[in-house]
Amino acid sequence: MPAKPRLAVVKFASCDGCQLSLLSLEDELLRLAGKIEVAYFLEATSRIEPGPYDVVLVEGSITTADDATRIQQLRRAAKYLITIGACATAGGIQALKNWADSEEYLRAVYARPDYIRTLATSTAIADHVAVDFELRGCPINKHQLLEVLRSLLAGCQPRTPTYSVCVECKRRGSVCVMVAHGTPCLGPVTQAGCGAICPAYDRGCYGCFGPSDQPNLVPLTDHLRSIGMTPEQVVNSLRGFSGYAGEFRRESERLVESIGTIATGVGAAAVEPDVADSSGEWGDGQPGGDPK
Amino acid sequence: MAERETKPDPKGKSLPASDDGPGAAGWIAKSDFQSFLDRLVALGYRTIGPTLIQGAIGYDEIRQVDDLPKGWTEHQSAGSYRLVRRDDDAWFGFNLGPHSWKRYLFPPQQTVAKAIKRDDGWQLDDVEDAEPPFAFLGVRACELAAILVQDRVFLNEHHSDPIYRRRRENALLIAVNCTQAAETCFCTSMGTGPRCVVAFDLALTETELGFTVEIGSPRGASVLAGLPIREAAPAECAEAASARQQAEDQISKRLDTTDIRELLLGNLDHPQWDDVAERCLSCTNCTMVCPTCFCHSVEEVSDLDGGQVDRVRQWDSCFNARFSYMNGGLVRGDVRSRYRQWLTHKLAGWIDQFDTSGCVGCGRCITWCPVGIDLTAEVAAIREVPK
Ligand code: SF4
Ligand code: SF4
Ligand code: SF4
Ligand code: SF4
Ligand code: SF4
Repeated sequence: MPAKPRLAVVKFASCDGCQLSLLSLEDELLRLAGKIEVAYFLEATSRIEPGPYDVVLVEGSITTADDATRIQQLRRAAKYLITIGACATAGGIQALKNWADSEEYLRAVYARPDYIRTLATSTAIADHVAVDFELRGCPINKHQLLEVLRSLLAGCQPRTPTYSVCVECKRRGSVCVMVAHGTPCLGPVTQAGCGAICPAYDRGCYGCFGPSDQPNLVPLTDHLRSIGMTPEQVVNSLRGFSGYAGEFRRESERLVESIGTIATGVGAAAVEPDVADSSGEWGDGQPGGDPK
Repeated sequence: MAERETKPDPKGKSLPASDDGPGAAGWIAKSDFQSFLDRLVALGYRTIGPTLIQGAIGYDEIRQVDDLPKGWTEHQSAGSYRLVRRDDDAWFGFNLGPHSWKRYLFPPQQTVAKAIKRDDGWQLDDVEDAEPPFAFLGVRACELAAILVQDRVFLNEHHSDPIYRRRRENALLIAVNCTQAAETCFCTSMGTGPRCVVAFDLALTETELGFTVEIGSPRGASVLAGLPIREAAPAECAEAASARQQAEDQISKRLDTTDIRELLLGNLDHPQWDDVAERCLSCTNCTMVCPTCFCHSVEEVSDLDGGQVDRVRQWDSCFNARFSYMNGGLVRGDVRSRYRQWLTHKLAGWIDQFDTSGCVGCGRCITWCPVGIDLTAEVAAIREVPK
């Protein structure tokens, strides 16, 4: 890595939330700016410098033919290409269209669908080009982003865990929402990195960091059904922000196959299941409520 | 009142049972209990005890008697915990929640050392632990046993962990005898409860209007000096004894520990390991809630300029695939081998390593396993069809 590596932050189909994580590194941003030359980052500056770049952070998924070409050019201009966020690493929430009729979506959403040119799928960057490192999450965790940039500067391997969200949930001291409230949670099969935010606020993890290392999906989906979710709800909960990622995708497709067709297209039921147990006095559907 | 020494005992030898029969115990009224909590603060202790957290009874800082989960209890079973109202106002009318004292003696994440780059090289220093002394209020018998087990891990003749040692030696252990048992409790099988007999500074038994108080150490006795404590009346001692008996009578779960080391180590290829591997999420929850599990990993975290590196220790688990990573690959690359590692280490390997079982029968791993895997059932299944 040169003394002051040149950084580009590039976006494909995405909401810009992950790029903003870079800007929200308030404390570290100035020190970072002294070590990295920001050559291309439209979210932060309108100044554009041509490649090649030492590090390219890629946000977003590939949903158009133009983008499929652009990512190839970008790969050639990048020494290290790092994907950031669920869109870039798994296709994002927009990958729902992979299981649906893209034409139907166009007709439902746009007044003039003939103005729109889009691929039938939303796919991860790694489906198109070689990726050097990926950061998961919707959005990514800014501390993990800093860890990656710091490691690049130091020339070492970033430390990002591959174990489950449960590890961080327990270290944090949160009460397990699945065991204590009967709230469905994908934490046991989802990769850590977020600090187990959702259970700390009495919400189940909805899997935005994608599958953990060697996840065991079947016993979890069996369990979710045993605590009251319908098979459709289980499929919809797996098909969230990282729904098209490896094991999540295979398990939702296995379930669909085992139960027959399922409504996941336009207007499908909301992903958020609500089967919180109401037998205990606390579990009266008031997350965060204080029993005192 | 009898006094006993309760310094951390690396051998964990059992001390004789104390006795709160007539004349041997003190008694403090609930209406005076706030003065006891105030005394702990005045003595510089940070009191940690049971309190309502996110719809469960966890451990956190206690300042007022109203911080205690008065009138609440829990229903526990494999994979399920529900907070429920009691039909009385008992202050300690529950058993165990997801937290254990381990999070205070062996914190989930801690910077243990710092290295700073100087002109003449790196300077590495331990980080001083600044935590004030803890008073643990409401330690159950199985939890006292778990602390003695962790003493063997962190305070043995080969290795003494400075952070654990300091926190442990400073901690005041105020035990509370169980007056009920959860469906998941099996301390009687492990010989650890439900009666508190070792390692406490003070042991309380709740009665309707107050607590009988047994003194377990000179430190425990000195904490009480000047507080409104009188000798317990025979009727109060009898009420306490029958409350404790109720806990004993309610314990229904059993773990047959006969030759358990040989049973498990002699059945490493038992089909039950395949069976449990189909059900286990390898999520680590059982190890995280277990009050004796001590696995951790250490990472070096550098700052942006590379001028300072923190050495951070955090809880880790044998259920994490990468935990067994060695040059060349994973030693335990599937769920079967990882579950087997946990159970055989806990119930057999610990005997070789620390001369004690790693299990005290608290049942937390059963309750807090999201899919309700029960180690006592796994052992029973292995016992049923011997190789
Ligand atoms: S709340 Fe979810 S992430 Fe936390 S321990 Fe339970 S299952 Fe795991
Ligand atoms: S808890 Fe799950 S859904 Fe929530 S931020 Fe973390 S990974 Fe994403
Ligand atoms: S295992 Fe025994 S000592 Fe522990 S909480 Fe249950 S009854 Fe009490
Ligand atoms: S193995 Fe389970 S029952 Fe035994 S001490 Fe650990 S958490 Fe408690
Ligand atoms: S036994 Fe239960 S808690 Fe332990 S790793 Fe397996 S699924 Fe998780």
